[in-house]
Formats: sequence, C-alpha cells, structure tokens
Amino acid sequence: MKDLISNINKVFESRVRLGIMSVLMVNENYDFNSLKETLNLTDGNLASHLKALEEKGMIKVTKQFIGRKPNTRYSATETGIAEFRQHLKALENLIKEQ
Amino acid sequence: MKSDTKSIEDIKAIRKIMEESSRFLSLSGLSGIFAGVTAIAGALFAYFFILDNGTIHYDEYFRDLSAEETFSLRLQLITDAALVLVLSVLFSLWFSIKKAKRDGKKFWTPISRRLLINLLIPLTTGGVFIFALLLQNNIQLIVPCFLIFYGLALVNAGKFTFGEIFYLGILEIITGLVSAFVPGWGMIFWIFGFGILHIIYGLAMYRKYEA
Repeated sequence: MKDLISNINKVFESRVRLGIMSVLMVNENYDFNSLKETLNLTDGNLASHLKALEEKGMIKVTKQFIGRKPNTRYSATETGIAEFRQHLKALENLIKEQ
Repeated sequence: MKSDTKSIEDIKAIRKIMEESSRFLSLSGLSGIFAGVTAIAGALFAYFFILDNGTIHYDEYFRDLSAEETFSLRLQLITDAALVLVLSVLFSLWFSIKKAKRDGKKFWTPISRRLLINLLIPLTTGGVFIFALLLQNNIQLIVPCFLIFYGLALVNAGKFTFGEIFYLGILEIITGLVSAFVPGWGMIFWIFGFGILHIIYGLAMYRKYEA
C-alpha cells in the first residue's frame, strides 16, 4: 500500500496540472490560448501552473512569433511523459485496490 | 475512502481532457445525411438533364469526339459536381458549428485545424489529379479517383475525429477501386459511395452521439 502512494506524484496533484499534462500527453504541442480554452482557466491560474511544471522539468516552452503576435507553445518533456504515466498507473492501482 | 473517489474522478477528468483535446467531436451526423442527399440529387440532375436521360454515355464514340465537342458537357458536369461539393462543405460546417455551440465548445481549435489540414492534403491532390484526367479526356477514371482520394482523406482525418470516419474512408476507397474495374457504371458507384454510404454513416452517427 505504501508503494502505491509513493508513486503518486506531488507535482501532478492539482487538477489544473493534471489537465495540462493530459492535453500534452496526446498532443505534440499546444499553445497558451488553446490550453486556456480547453481547460477553461484564467490567464494567471494557467500561467502559474505552467511555470511550476516547467520548473520541475515536466514540460518545455517554445516561444516564437507568428507575424507580430507572440505565440508560446508547450510540450511535455520525456521526463514529464514518463512521470505522468507512472502517476496514472498509481491512480489506477489505487482504484483497483478497493 | 476519500482518496479513492478522488482518484476515480481524476482519471475520468484525464480521459475526458485527452479525448477532447485531441479529437474534434463537433462533427455532426446531419452533415453526412445532407451530403449524401445532395450527392444523389446532383447525380440524378446530371443523369436526366446533362446526360439527356442517360443517352449520353462514355463509349467508343464519345472517346473519338474532339475536346471541343465535349467541352460544354464537361463544363456542365464540373459545375454540377462543384455545386454538390460546395453545398456539402458549407452545410457540414454549419451543422458542426451549431453542434459545437450547443455543446459549449469552440469550433476553431488546434484540433479542428489539424483535422482540416489532414483532410485537405489528399483532397487537393485528388482535385488537381482529377483536373488533369479531365483535361486529357480520361473521363472513365474520374469517378474512381473521386472516391479513392476522398476515402484516403477520411482515413487520414480519422485520427482527429470520431474513429468511425476511418471506416467510412475504407469503404469509400473500396468502392472507388471496384468502380475502376467496372467501366460505365460510374453513376451508380457515385450514388453508392457519396450518397448511400454518407446517409447510412450520418444516420448511424446521429443516433449514436446526438439523438
């Protein structure tokens, strides 16, 4: 039982971070505004969670310009993908234990 | 246990977000039904009004005519087909936008863009290729090419919307390939591929996801 819980990753505990990682697991990359719309979040809320995930090395950020508009794209890093998979597995195992 | 219900909810939320962020689910079954009916109407119009109740058909005589002599006929057929295409596309966009609005979703997303690009690559290739066939008076292969390239476009787009589109694509490709071996039956294959298959698909999707 202890093993199961130790695999639950603290970084992903918030719903917002789960949401961000879910999107980035199935999409090569996603831009800020589309993430905001998909997850139904405010700018500030999304930005702070993105920052946290970036600092932990779970996602990477690419900034570029489309015309004159800045366009920030996010994608999951290899570490992020691996850790999120493990987190998912831990969640599933927790349920199966019941 | 509290943590368990939370885990279950987490997993549900994850699945839903993964699905919604990677697939365009606002495609409406009504589009399929409408496209099918339009295709059949277009084919019947061509048969009765352009091809003179079927008395004009592709044969040795037709092949020996010069390009000038068949020009007006070809122009009318293209106009008919283009009209069917434009109407189908406009209405499927309209139905999809309406469905997205009803579900409280955005229509123009990274996924709908990706879906469109993946549809357009085979479709544009097919369109240009068919134009070349038309210029060279290879009328016989036009219907098979329409069906094959359209099928390929759907197979390609299947990754970004309902998985059923993939199977519709496969059926269109098979219809196209068979029609390539059965010359002279283009009209029937057209009605089957673009008409009947679309209507069956549209009805099935509508009943499964919308009704």
